Amino acid sequence: MGKVMLEVRNLKTKYITRFHEDVYAVDGVSFSIEEGKSLGIAGESGCGKSTLALSMMGYYFPPLHYMSGDIIIDGTNISGMKPDDVRKSILGSEIAYIPQAAMNALNPTQKIIRFMEDVVHAHDPKKDKKSIREMAESRFAELGLPPSVLDKHAVELSGGMKQRTVIAVSTILNPKVLIADEPSSALDVTSQKMVIKMMRELMEKGYIKSMLFITHELPLLYNVTDDIMVMYAGQIVEKGSAKEMVFDPVHPYSHGLMNSILVPEEGTRGNKLTAIPGTPPNLKRPPDGCRFAERCKYATADCRYTNIPEKTFDNKRMYRCLMGVDELKEVYGRE
Amino acid sequence: MKNTLRQVFHSPKFVGGFVIFVAILLLMIIYPLINPGDPLEMIGINTFAKPGTYVSLYDATKAKYEPMRLTDAEDKRLDAYLSAEDRVAMVEWFGLAGIDISNLDIEDTDALMDLWNDNYDPAFKIKGMTKAKVNYFRRLNNSIQQLQSADVIVLADTNEETGELEETGQVNKNDYVNVNSVVNVKFLPLGTDNFGRDVLKELVSAIGTSMLIGLLAGSVATLIGLTLGLLSGYVGGVVDDIIMFITNVFTVIPSFVLLILITYSISQDQRGAAVVGGVIGLTSWTWTTRSVRSQVISLRNRDHVNLSKLSGHSLVRIVLTDILPYIASYVVMAFILQVSSGILAEAQLSMLGLGPKMTEVPTLGLMMNWAMLYSAHTNGSWWAYFPVILTIALISFSLNLMNTGLDQVFNPTLRD
Amino acid sequence: MAVSEKAMEHKDFTNKPLCLSGRGVTKVFGMGDKKTVAVDHVDFDFHEGEFVSIVGESGSGKTTLSKMLLGLSNATEGEILFQGKPRDISNGKKKKEYWKGIQAIFQDPFSSFNTFHKIDSVLLDCINMRGGKNLSKEEKTAMMTEACSFVNLKFAELTNKYPFELSGGQMQRLMIARIFLMKPKILLADEPTSMVDACSRATILDMLLNLRDEIGMTVIFITHDIGLAYYISDTVYIMEHGKFVEYGKADEVILEPKAAYTKRLISDVPKIHEEWDLSTVDLLTEAE
Repeated sequence: MGKVMLEVRNLKTKYITRFHEDVYAVDGVSFSIEEGKSLGIAGESGCGKSTLALSMMGYYFPPLHYMSGDIIIDGTNISGMKPDDVRKSILGSEIAYIPQAAMNALNPTQKIIRFMEDVVHAHDPKKDKKSIREMAESRFAELGLPPSVLDKHAVELSGGMKQRTVIAVSTILNPKVLIADEPSSALDVTSQKMVIKMMRELMEKGYIKSMLFITHELPLLYNVTDDIMVMYAGQIVEKGSAKEMVFDPVHPYSHGLMNSILVPEEGTRGNKLTAIPGTPPNLKRPPDGCRFAERCKYATADCRYTNIPEKTFDNKRMYRCLMGVDELKEVYGRE
Repeated sequence: MKNTLRQVFHSPKFVGGFVIFVAILLLMIIYPLINPGDPLEMIGINTFAKPGTYVSLYDATKAKYEPMRLTDAEDKRLDAYLSAEDRVAMVEWFGLAGIDISNLDIEDTDALMDLWNDNYDPAFKIKGMTKAKVNYFRRLNNSIQQLQSADVIVLADTNEETGELEETGQVNKNDYVNVNSVVNVKFLPLGTDNFGRDVLKELVSAIGTSMLIGLLAGSVATLIGLTLGLLSGYVGGVVDDIIMFITNVFTVIPSFVLLILITYSISQDQRGAAVVGGVIGLTSWTWTTRSVRSQVISLRNRDHVNLSKLSGHSLVRIVLTDILPYIASYVVMAFILQVSSGILAEAQLSMLGLGPKMTEVPTLGLMMNWAMLYSAHTNGSWWAYFPVILTIALISFSLNLMNTGLDQVFNPTLRD
Repeated sequence: MAVSEKAMEHKDFTNKPLCLSGRGVTKVFGMGDKKTVAVDHVDFDFHEGEFVSIVGESGSGKTTLSKMLLGLSNATEGEILFQGKPRDISNGKKKKEYWKGIQAIFQDPFSSFNTFHKIDSVLLDCINMRGGKNLSKEEKTAMMTEACSFVNLKFAELTNKYPFELSGGQMQRLMIARIFLMKPKILLADEPTSMVDACSRATILDMLLNLRDEIGMTVIFITHDIGLAYYISDTVYIMEHGKFVEYGKADEVILEPKAAYTKRLISDVPKIHEEWDLSTVDLLTEAE
């Protein structure tokens, strides 16, 4: 078992709307990532996966607010730190965050090398420009990015190249955790593949110690990460290795999700897709019992009012359902 | 719709602007009810009467007197009637007579009078003083003594038969008259202007006219701008090219110069408030057109417009139901700004003497123009122009504040 | 009925009458040096009752083509034939007539509705267009209720509601109900599921297939997701830079691709049963 790089314990964060209503977007999430491992988060839009990524940085700005829980990066608890300290000593050097629209965040009037200098200078103001350039060039060469990109402006680069450049710039300080929120969703499949390849190289070469990857595209998640968590209405409903999660999901929600995967492979044309009726609950007033009960075929009256605990089985797999694993597998088998 | 209104009235900026604007409107509506009459009536014979309450002197003498023993009346009277020159002259005498005045405060009437009464002696000779100077101090002393002595004012009337003055009554120093029992009292909160007109009454009437001009200018500009913008944006092609050409031509000509030229070419007696409002509107529609056009272009490719086409709706219906509602909030904001700038444009024009004709109704700009022509600003008659400036600023400020508030509600990127 | 049972059938559509076809359809934007050819001399034949997918990445010209097929923009060159005859949409009246035969579902359900109109008005428009203007109120309500129940929505719960009160999936289903009332010959679905959650996607696909069988229409399904196209369609057209590089039965195109572009596209999509081979991309040679 490797060293734990990122540990999140019972994290709770909320949004406060313009009308002063609380929206409990992340409600008691716990997980950890070991060194050299990657973890994926899957879920529908609005399930809180992007909020979880934002909350993990320990840097909160309205309307997002921290409620409780711990975020521990390589032994350091950052959840109680002041925002300014987090910005100076954690972001960039400990955690790097890449949102979906990262490629549009590049200032079009600056050359790429300037962003590199900015990132390095934020943590080491004395470093001279020549050594930063050397550092950037060698990193670019290693990641298969043409070093000529450093002297270009963002508008001269294609979407995929921009996204890869952003990732290279934000990981130049070798962060311990890389949080990538849909980093390739806006790209064509070939560019997406390149982004993924580069991220994998970053991991293999040890520039980043661990990765949290968020996407709604399950086949992608399956190919990128070691473990997968499924999130629903602010909570983790199931967690396991990528293979187990895709081929042997336990929770009724992840079962539905995994059965909606579409890939251009022989045989998939005959598969029956699972449709889950209904909509997720309103997180302003989360239900008392199971949050999925309203949409679950197998739900009983108990599900709606009982607080559902996280259960573990089979060596570290976790799920959140009243029914037992065998019981669930049996009902799936009958269909 | 209800939700939007709720959001609008949650915006502190909008509410602030709205409250000021409504207060001005209320003043405009309510004041003429309390104080009816022609706002251009010249009540004053002289120009620039100070703000205050004016009591008819004639009626006051006819009213019932109430003698009162008010201890500080004498002091107040002395204090008020002893002019600054008198005081300086008194101090001069002390100096010449060699009296110690190191602790004397020239504003302290009591101390000054005590010192004078104790020391002044007409017989006292000061070396080298001219006869004229000696007589001057004597006269000063007499008038000071007169102020202190218990005198009466005699009221007299001419006897029609004899042609001689006959005493009809006396006013004692301790006679008082209840203001309420005086028949004619005129309250002028802002005094009168150069024509002797009640400034407040005129101002209230001017607010109405100026608002009307602004509203008319805003409506004309918004209507033209909206129509051209919708056509140009939605129809596109040649129509767009032609409209944008005209708009660009109008944009590069400074609209204020155009405004001056147009108003100048209309003779003074044809230039009513409505004409001026219309002309202002005709010169200020260009940026509404441009911005409406760009909004429509981005809406034109929205799926709901395509779907509406596929449902067989006509062009007019699509523009009115699928495009107009989406830009309505924007048009309202543009309209508010146009009203505000219309009011300002009228003020500017009138200052140049190109405003509406002066004989019918007052406008804020005309009031400024009159105040300037009769040099109210140099003779210290602040009440003739300062309230007007303040009103223009407040109207403009409230409208702009409302606009900013609306912008924050409708433009999500500006939300905090 | 489950999707699988229908999708698995491999019907041959080549003998069916033509519904929509194109000869040398071209769209050019701009002029002179700034000229871009968005759609470049494409030929196609869509048959009655066929489920066709047009697959292309962003910038391939698939949306431009769909606008031309819908008659929302004119082709620069070439001819589009509707039911075997050259299409005439030269004036408003003829356009309206054409649109009785072709309808669309768009990508973003949130921008497909006029947010100022109630849901009823969207459905009423369809009834009116199909010549039901003079029907009684009860008859209209019955038709709308039927259409809504076809997509598992309760009309009684939707009356007097505004579109933004529905979820994305519900809105898209309402769009299908609209098509149900319109009963067009052709439905053009432009990425109808790309903004919808995975769980609602299956429902919508299911409904599209049911609707195709119900009113016997041709479905032109435009998507970037080759897995989705494979799953649902009878025929697949692969589009690259304004041209169809390959087309044919779904099984043939996806499982035995011939064009290099199709091969690359399929190999670059992440899969779950086969190895996703990252070595096929060379990081240094990305076109800039």
